[in-house]
Amino acid sequence: MHSGILYSLGQSLREILSSLIGVPILVDLLMTIICATILLLIMATSALVFTLGERKICAFIQVRIGPNRVGPGGLLQSVADMLKLMDKEDIVPRGIDKWLWVLSPILLLVPSALIYAFFPFDDGVILADVNVGLFLLIAITSQTVLPFLMGGYASNSKYSLIGGMRTVAQMLGYEVPMVFALMGIVMITGSLKMSAIVEAQSDVWFIVLQPLAFLIYIITALVESNRPPFNIVEGESEIIAGPFTEYTGMRWALFFLAEFSNLMCIGILTTTLFLGGWHGPDFLPGFCWFWIKTFLCVLFYQWVGWTFPRARVDSMLSFGWKVLLPIALINVLLTGVGIYVYNVM
Amino acid sequence: MAQTEKYVLNMGPQHPSTHGVLQVQVELDGENIVGAKPVMGYLHRGIEKLMESRTYVQCVPFTDRLDYVSAMNNNLGFCMAVEKLAGIEVPERAEYIRVICAELNRIASHHVFIGSLTNDLGSATGMIYAFRDREKILDLFNIICGARMTAHYIRIGGVAADAQDEFLRDTQKFIDYVPEMLDEYNKLFSGNEIFQARMKKTSIITKEMALKFGMSGPNIRASGVDYDIRKIDKYGAYGKFDFEVPLGKRGDNWDRYMIRMKEIAESAKIIQQALDNMPEGPYMAKVPKVLRPPKGDAYHRVENTRGELGFYIVSDGSTKPYRVHIRRPSFVNLQALDTMCKGMLLADAVTAFATIDPLMGEVDC
Repeated sequence: MHSGILYSLGQSLREILSSLIGVPILVDLLMTIICATILLLIMATSALVFTLGERKICAFIQVRIGPNRVGPGGLLQSVADMLKLMDKEDIVPRGIDKWLWVLSPILLLVPSALIYAFFPFDDGVILADVNVGLFLLIAITSQTVLPFLMGGYASNSKYSLIGGMRTVAQMLGYEVPMVFALMGIVMITGSLKMSAIVEAQSDVWFIVLQPLAFLIYIITALVESNRPPFNIVEGESEIIAGPFTEYTGMRWALFFLAEFSNLMCIGILTTTLFLGGWHGPDFLPGFCWFWIKTFLCVLFYQWVGWTFPRARVDSMLSFGWKVLLPIALINVLLTGVGIYVYNVM
Repeated sequence: MAQTEKYVLNMGPQHPSTHGVLQVQVELDGENIVGAKPVMGYLHRGIEKLMESRTYVQCVPFTDRLDYVSAMNNNLGFCMAVEKLAGIEVPERAEYIRVICAELNRIASHHVFIGSLTNDLGSATGMIYAFRDREKILDLFNIICGARMTAHYIRIGGVAADAQDEFLRDTQKFIDYVPEMLDEYNKLFSGNEIFQARMKKTSIITKEMALKFGMSGPNIRASGVDYDIRKIDKYGAYGKFDFEVPLGKRGDNWDRYMIRMKEIAESAKIIQQALDNMPEGPYMAKVPKVLRPPKGDAYHRVENTRGELGFYIVSDGSTKPYRVHIRRPSFVNLQALDTMCKGMLLADAVTAFATIDPLMGEVDC
């Protein structure tokens, strides 16, 4: 039923473990732990790779070279950055709300890491293929609002507070158009299961069937992950770093990691939901297509980010509520009519 | 019923987007600005006082450091004031070279404006492009006088050295490149929807307010007042050139931005005419070795990139000026900050600082 190298590897690993340890529950547990570790490794590695990639791409757009001193061609730059951040003095400001302040970057990393469990990397290669996959995914990504607000409030700094307030307005406001845009996909697939959504794209990718939803999703994805042109939460030139102004060293590294993980996540989601997931011509295995498409999506988001100036709070919010939401609702209507007509024919 | 109160946010001297060391105490009600109070003086170096114990020739390098981004224009203002006081006549070739350098510096300063404006709005790419093009002008200055930014090239009586062929050739190459460069900026920024939405109809300064504050330069021309000292006083060789003065209609951020873009094109026109009609001759007048201007005073003003830069020099007959007062355009323009920011959002305050284009070296002196 399922094909592909990764799936067969997973199956053989399960058989080896079953023969070593007889108890099925323990085998399941061990498999889950191994898979979770692999996913965390993927997340960490891709963060390292993509931070360097972003700097090189940004440099290319800006007609300069980018990091080229550390390692051959600058490849070890991210490693150097991580080492530097780990070595920095841990400054704890006075007057903070201690527990909220400390927990904020950690809690920000949890949803970003958790949703890797729902991504279909290849045919049958998902850690948790629950039948409410998409719904759970959106619910978990909405949780990123809270750590921003916590960091903003607990930092005892006006800049951070403004950033935290902006988060609530921005990220909550754009959840609604995003959900309605994805509603069209769910209607066509008939299921919230992530693997079913990818299966439904085996003939035609959803970008062809749902172009409006694709456009809305791109914009809301940029907003949800605080990428320019919608990075008002950490609008560097106005409120310095927003909720994360007062964090240094390893705490800043956690926040940074969560940011990049989010960028990767929206790239993967764009691939899975609109570009056919791991489908592709047979000369490359499924997961290669998956990563190629993800890479191209992330490249596109970075290109957009480095070109445009930042939107302003009021224009962004009015755009989300007054333009994107009506378009998303119209999309749902058109999809419904389209499905009815298709069934009748 | 929830209770809200206003708070004061200190966009302090150390901030990614205040141009230099400007402190603005912004009173906010949520995200709306209720008042903005600029606090200056963080870069005060006592230049006017220092000039009292230097000879006139020794004073000229101080003027480089006033508005350090357009040093040539400052030099020009001071030297012309001293020449007015001492009755020195500058040869024609020197006047043309002075015009070329002053206009090149105007373009360079407007590049800093574009770069910092787009950087403050969030597009770091804009800063890199603007500064890359500014490098070309700084290389030109390097050729003509050895220094990139603080040029100290325009001296009392003329210029420090003759304009070599290499300089004239490279300036021509740069002028040929200007339309292409402006096209790229217009495609990247002026045509951008987000950029326009942030700049149009924000931070409006009306004609009356601008005149009341005594503003000058692109800031007042954006509000519709046709006041360009190059056209009014026709100092130096400016009377011989044909150029237009762009005017704005509403006095908002967009007008201030577009006027400076158009001014780059106009400056390129002036430089082209100067290059075409460059006369031969000496580059420095016969100035006595020890300059002792007669007792009296003189005020001379020039059109700096930021507005009317005026030098009032009082001489008591000795080699050192008795008193120099510098009428600095950014210092006067900065008064408008409160009017510009009232009723706007916090993000617009940052845009307002950028479009007023203050330079703290000039504000604090």
